[in-house]
Amino acid sequence: MRIVIAKPGLDGHDRGAKVIARALRDGGNEVIYTGLRRTPEEIVRIVNDEDADALGLSTLSGAHDVLIPKVSTLLRQEGLNHVVVFAGGIIPMDDREDLYNKGIRAIFGPGSTTSEILDFLEVVVERKVRNKPVGIGEESGWCWDG
Amino acid sequence: MVDAANLLEEARQGNRRSLAKLLTYLEEGGKSPLEYGRGKSLGITGPPGVGKSSLIGKLIDEWLNLGETVAVLAVDPSSPISGGALLGDRMRMVNADSSDSVFVRSLATRNHPGGLMNCLTPMIEVLSECGWENIVIETVGSGQSETRVVAFADIVVLVDGPDRGDIIQAEKSGIIEMADLIVINKSDLKNAQKAADSIRSALSFNEESPKVFLSSAHTGEGIKEIINELKILQSPLIRNRMRVRERLISAWDSVLLESESLEILISEIEDGKISISEAIEMIRNHNKTSKS
Repeated sequence: MRIVIAKPGLDGHDRGAKVIARALRDGGNEVIYTGLRRTPEEIVRIVNDEDADALGLSTLSGAHDVLIPKVSTLLRQEGLNHVVVFAGGIIPMDDREDLYNKGIRAIFGPGSTTSEILDFLEVVVERKVRNKPVGIGEESGWCWDG
Repeated sequence: MVDAANLLEEARQGNRRSLAKLLTYLEEGGKSPLEYGRGKSLGITGPPGVGKSSLIGKLIDEWLNLGETVAVLAVDPSSPISGGALLGDRMRMVNADSSDSVFVRSLATRNHPGGLMNCLTPMIEVLSECGWENIVIETVGSGQSETRVVAFADIVVLVDGPDRGDIIQAEKSGIIEMADLIVINKSDLKNAQKAADSIRSALSFNEESPKVFLSSAHTGEGIKEIINELKILQSPLIRNRMRVRERLISAWDSVLLESESLEILISEIEDGKISISEAIEMIRNHNKTSKS
């Protein structure tokens, strides 16, 4: 898979994003890392130009409830409904339901393992093959619960 | 089924989504919708870590200032073990993600020998057809003898940095002889001037030697001068034969890599069932039979 790993907004901590990028690479994926402080518009443009299958958003700044829905809306507007979006970083439990409803398919908080993320992607591939909804603009309802 | 001709038509009209899809189609070995493609490109090559991506980032800014458009094909290596890749070139091109006049595509080598893939040619042609004015190929970090970039680029820029060794390094043959322009990047660091002098001195016996520029992607020094020089540089005539040669070899590599029997033959050699010469003979015979 081609996967974009992005850091939206004002957030200077990317150790986590780099670890994830590397784990995904070792899982046989082509990973495009955006670098720090990208706007939702920039992230969507990168996903488009790179023709990515999936997007991982890492945020530790507390602005997840603004930035992630914005990315979700823009992806749909651009017709990138098939892109699978997952998130990681510091995202409180109370905020997760809302993000799942906006089409985010998995949220990996502290304590998640890299193999869990690869397991998630395996299920994603399986769902794509079976034409089950998994993209950001496809019918919500399914999300990864480990 | 991908309708490449349709995607091209939409991409021509400025649809970035269609352009992105068309590039994926070509990357996966799809046939180019352009029968007689053309397109000039600029190859940026050099060792890992000398600042190729950052320099391209600065060139992008300058081209944008001049009101020109830029498309970049940035190549990074695939893992020989997992097949995965970490493509981190575009993060150095700071303004690449926010302008309609820039298109950056990261590509993994997918373990193609020479670090560059055959699909680059149709990609350059498609980008040119869609009106992108400056088309840049960034190679993987390369060594002294990696000249495959000649197959795809009309103008080759070799980027190097300070403290890359003594003058003997610059005297060695290889990619340095293919360069149309040499840039010593990181000129804000000490010893950059010395590195440029070493290379100039090493090339001084040649009749026509490339110019050597100092630049800094950090301070922006030398960027305007490089752009001006690129505008007047012509691809040397002798280059054409080398280009055809490198293209042919690259295409041959692709045929071999895409051959269905490759993995089987590798296993048989590994198990000692056949020798390498026998494997070559089998590939040759297979190609013959599939032609008839």
